[in-house]
Amino acid sequence: MTEFTTWDILRNLLLAARWTVLLSVVSFIGGGIVGGLVLFARTARAVWLRRLAQGYIELFQGTPLLMQLFLAFFGLGLFGIDVPAWLAAGVALTLWTASFLAEIWRGCVEAIPKGQWEASSSLAMGYFQQMRHVILPQALRIAVPPTVGFSVQVVKGTSLTSIIGFVELSKAGTVVTNATFLPFTVYGFVALIYFALCWPLSKSSQILERKLNVAHRNH
Amino acid sequence: MSLIAITEVRKSFGSNEVLKGINLDVDPGEVIAIIGKSGSGKSTLLRCVNGLETIDDGSILVAGAQLLPDDLHLKALRLKVGMIFQGFNLFPHLTAGRNVMLSQMVVKKTAKAPAEEMARKMLDRVGLGHKFDAFPDQLSGGQQQRVAIARALAMQPIALLCDEITSALDPELVNEVLAVVRELAAEGMTLMMVTHEMRFARDVCSRVVFMHQGRVHEIGPPGEVFANPKTPELRQFLGAH
Amino acid sequence: MTYQFDFGWMAEYWPVLLSGIRVTLELIAIGGVLGVALGIGCAWARALGPRWLRPVVSTYVELIRNTPFLIQLFFLFFGLPSLGINLSEFTAANLAMVINLGAYSCEIVRAGIQATPAGQYEAGASLAMIRFQVFRHVVLIPALQRIWPALSSQIVIVMLGSAVVSQIAAEDLTFAANFIQSRTFRAFEAYFVSTAIYLAMAILLRQMLRGVGYVLFPKKAVR
Repeated sequence: MTEFTTWDILRNLLLAARWTVLLSVVSFIGGGIVGGLVLFARTARAVWLRRLAQGYIELFQGTPLLMQLFLAFFGLGLFGIDVPAWLAAGVALTLWTASFLAEIWRGCVEAIPKGQWEASSSLAMGYFQQMRHVILPQALRIAVPPTVGFSVQVVKGTSLTSIIGFVELSKAGTVVTNATFLPFTVYGFVALIYFALCWPLSKSSQILERKLNVAHRNH
Repeated sequence: MSLIAITEVRKSFGSNEVLKGINLDVDPGEVIAIIGKSGSGKSTLLRCVNGLETIDDGSILVAGAQLLPDDLHLKALRLKVGMIFQGFNLFPHLTAGRNVMLSQMVVKKTAKAPAEEMARKMLDRVGLGHKFDAFPDQLSGGQQQRVAIARALAMQPIALLCDEITSALDPELVNEVLAVVRELAAEGMTLMMVTHEMRFARDVCSRVVFMHQGRVHEIGPPGEVFANPKTPELRQFLGAH
Repeated sequence: MTYQFDFGWMAEYWPVLLSGIRVTLELIAIGGVLGVALGIGCAWARALGPRWLRPVVSTYVELIRNTPFLIQLFFLFFGLPSLGINLSEFTAANLAMVINLGAYSCEIVRAGIQATPAGQYEAGASLAMIRFQVFRHVVLIPALQRIWPALSSQIVIVMLGSAVVSQIAAEDLTFAANFIQSRTFRAFEAYFVSTAIYLAMAILLRQMLRGVGYVLFPKKAVR
């Protein structure tokens, strides 16, 4: 058996971390798009649409992400498709992310004073015009910090895809551990790489939040 | 024919009946002041005329068209009737000029250049032509309310509803807003305003409506209503003001 | 789709599910109480504790909040034995949950503490309370009352996150589902049923925590 140097370990982990980053980005963008649709349904006038969106959110926030990954992996398989792990991982993470983003954004939409809806109504704007020109531009501003904050959860969430066999940072950690028998070192490195990915996001979310609060006080 | 015809309008919030059968006809060019204690239903009535509240019973006709709670009818109504709010409700992310341009462009599909021209004209009319590029948080309360009036006027409504438009203002800013309304009245704009400014109501309005417990309790020209209140409720109300 | 759903295995395997549910409930019961306690302790240390302790606590909180639970779990279970510390699957799983929840609840409790008006500290001090008494009576209780909803959500999140402890062979509900699918080859059905159970547990846990909130803080929060 060949000896692994620390650099070998780190290099392998960093190579695998690319997949963590890619999956995070794809899930976050996909989740943002689906989440936007869920948001529209959740704030729509039609009661059945609101209920549907509420059920969606309740379902994905009320069950483990791991179960959602399993169900995507085995459920898509029921359609006779040979499901690669990356596909199940992408689908499950996207849907899971969407449920949280929709709820975060709903909070931001509801934080916009009622008077803004009434004023735009009295100017004869329709629902989509109100959303597009009056509500969303204001809601987006306050949505940035919590959205960036949630991206940390997405990055960490990708670690679970190792369990259905997607080879990213966590899976690489297990593989390298099995080859080197150095779990303390390897998982220590894995944790540090995750930290290096997540901490800047957490920090910038905090800074953006603080900036927003200061801006509000000046009004 | 009356411009706004309110017939037997009823409205409840839960078990609380706020409007108990309101009848009121407003002729073109009339300036109506609606007075009464808080909770008398005067703001609710105004909001019903703009479709911000749906009515439970009765009918509201504006320029012959019935107010129905579907999007198409609501839009048609709101193109005819503008509304000014107590809290101004300017769009904080847009400049004063953009506030006035927005609904012209997205609702009426007016091109940018004529919309901007209209916005400048309307801001001039309320004496704020020089504030075109100011954001709402850079304006005083009185200036914000005048922008809100310009914003409503830019849609070229045939009537304006004013819901306690000076109540949120510091006393020294009230007059600049009332001056604008006075001018509008002089130009023949039809106005329905809920107000606490009794002197303004006396000087400018063609009729005064006193609302009490969800009903039109007394109605008439200001000279009559203020000089000879017929009911003890109105006497008491005027005494307190 | 020609797949035939088959839930017949439940007749034979429901005791497996039940024992999995029991382990998951034990994990969240112990982890919830100890985790929140740890969080309160850390929040105290950060707000009012000795100066040297503050960077230690904030490093802990930042490290935990910015790394996946799965890796924390692996580090404890696979990594610590190389330092001579051997933990059982259940202990490692529970310890990981306590450490994880501790970091998050520290942040939540801290936010509640920061919302305490300065006058409250001064009023407490003027009544000759010592610092710890002020913290306990004047600061902590109202703070907990304020942040109870956020804390409850976090406990539910940790409960759902505990599904991954099956990866170190702690015999929780997910472990039971894995076991059943390996025996029956009914993967989708096994995970479908356990997902439904998780959903029910999440809803019940949320209701229960709301009830606990009413009992702990009978008066309405003064904001």
